[in-house]
Amino acid sequence: MSQKEYAGVSIAVNDEGYMTESSQWTEDVAKAIAAEEKLELTEKHFAMLKYIRDRVAKGESLTIRGIGKSGIVDIKEFYQLFPGAPLKKATKIAGVPKPSSCI
Amino acid sequence: MKQTKRLVILGAGTAGTMMANKLRKELDRDEWEITIVDQVKTHYYQPGFLFIPFGIYKKEDVIKPKSDFLPIGVNVIFSEIDKIVPDENKVLLTEGSRVLKYDFLIVATGAKTAPEETEGLAGELWYKDIFDFYTIVGAVALADYFKTWKGGKLVINVTEIPYKCPVAPLEFAFLADAFFTNRGMRDKVDITLVTPLSGAFTKPKATKLLSSLLEEKNINIIPDYNIARVDNKEKKIYDYADQEVAFDCLVTVPTNMGDAMVARSGMGDDLNFIPTDKHTLRAENHENIFVIGDAANIPTSKAGSVAHFAGEILTENLMCAIEGRPFTASFDGHANCYIVTGNGMGTLIDFNYDTEPLPGTFPLPGVGPFGLLKVTRMNHYGKMIFRWMYWHILLKGKEMPISSQMSMAGKKL
Repeated sequence: MSQKEYAGVSIAVNDEGYMTESSQWTEDVAKAIAAEEKLELTEKHFAMLKYIRDRVAKGESLTIRGIGKSGIVDIKEFYQLFPGAPLKKATKIAGVPKPSSCI
Repeated sequence: MKQTKRLVILGAGTAGTMMANKLRKELDRDEWEITIVDQVKTHYYQPGFLFIPFGIYKKEDVIKPKSDFLPIGVNVIFSEIDKIVPDENKVLLTEGSRVLKYDFLIVATGAKTAPEETEGLAGELWYKDIFDFYTIVGAVALADYFKTWKGGKLVINVTEIPYKCPVAPLEFAFLADAFFTNRGMRDKVDITLVTPLSGAFTKPKATKLLSSLLEEKNINIIPDYNIARVDNKEKKIYDYADQEVAFDCLVTVPTNMGDAMVARSGMGDDLNFIPTDKHTLRAENHENIFVIGDAANIPTSKAGSVAHFAGEILTENLMCAIEGRPFTASFDGHANCYIVTGNGMGTLIDFNYDTEPLPGTFPLPGVGPFGLLKVTRMNHYGKMIFRWMYWHILLKGKEMPISSQMSMAGKKL
C-alpha cells in the first residue's frame, strides 16, 4: 500500500496502482490517472467511468458482457475508449478495484 | 395428522441427485414429499468428457441412467421445466402442463454451453474444424477428428467467464501435448491457449506453476483475449480490438449460461445465473428457494467438488429454514480440483473464497497425502479414482473423507 500524488492530492493506491479509497476519486484524479495511460478523457469516457463506479458501489460484478449491455457503449467502442485491456484500464481510472475473475 | 409438505428439486445432475439422496434421509417420510424434475434421463459424468477426444474414455464410460442414483421415496418426473412462479410457490412443467406446488424449492439446473452467443462460432465449421468438449456430442466428434488429423494450429479458446471446471482447458492442452507427442507428430501441432484471463489461472501461486508447465510443454498462451467473432472462411478468430488468431482446429469453451428456464422465471442475471447468498446458499430474493451448483451466481468455481461441499451446507441451512431457526452453516466457497498434466501425472489445487490455491500436502485419510501444486503420479490416480467415487459415494450423498470447509492442514503459506 502506498500513496501517490494525482492532481495535487495524495491518493492511496495498491501495488498495481489501483486506488484503495474509492471516495478519494474526483474527475481531476481520473484525468491524471488517464494521462499516465496516455488517454485523454472525453464525455463518453466519463459516462463509462460513472457506470462502472455505480455498478461497483452496488456490489455488482463487472464483466465485458455487462459493459456491452450498459446502454452507453457496445463492447467494440469500449475497446476503443480504453485500448489494450479495457476492463483493467477503465477500473483503474474509475478508482475501483481491479475486477477479480472468479472462475 | 399433519399435512404433507413438499420439497421440489429442479435438476437431477450432480447437485440435484446428491441433494435428493441427502434430504430423503434427513426429512421425515410421513411429513415430507420430495419430487425431483429433469428433462434428460441420462446422467453424464461431465469430468470424463475431457478424456474422450484423446481416446482415454469412451462414451459408455461417462453415462449411466439417472434413475440408478435416485433414492426410493423420491418422485421422479422427466419433463422440461417451463418456469418457476416464486410468488405463488409453484413450478410449471411443460409435460402435460403439470403444476408442482412447493413449500421449499432447490434449484440445481446447472450451466450449459451456448456457442450461439458468439458470432460465427456455431457456423459452417462447427463440428468440422471447430469443436467443444463440454458436450458428449462435441467430445465424441473431436475424438473422431483427431484420429485422422494431420496437424496444424490447434487453438483452445475460452470465450467468457465464468465457465465450468476452470482448469479443464489447461488439462485439455496438456493432454493434447501428450497425445500428439505419443503419436510422433507433436512437431506438426502448434498448441495455443487463448483466454480472457490475465494468465494461465486467476490466482498467483497456481498461475506460476501452471504457466511453467505450459512453457515446459511448448504450449503458447495469449491472455486478456475476449473473442468477438469467428471467421469461418479465413479460419481465424477476432477479439473486440480485431486482434486475430488463425486456427486449423479450434477447440472452444463456449459461453456458459444458466438454464433458459431461469430466464423464463425472471430470476437470473445477464447469464441466467441466479443471484444467491454466497454463504447461506439461499436465493437472494426468495425466502424458500435455495440454489446449488452451477446454477448459482456465487463467486467460486463451477465444479462438482463445489456442489459437493455446498451440499452439506445447504442440507444444514434448509433444516434451519424448515424449523424456523437462524442459519447455522456458512459456505466458504471450497473447491478441490485434480488437474491432469499428461503422461500419467497430475497436480491438485484446494482453495476457497478467501484462500488462493497454496502449495503443500493435502491429507486424505486412507489414501493421501496428495501433493498440492506439485506434479505427481499420485495426483493422476486421484483424478482417475474420482470417477468411481463420483458414481458410488458423491452422487449417493454419502460421507466423503473431505471436509466441506477448506482446511489449512498441510498448506504452506
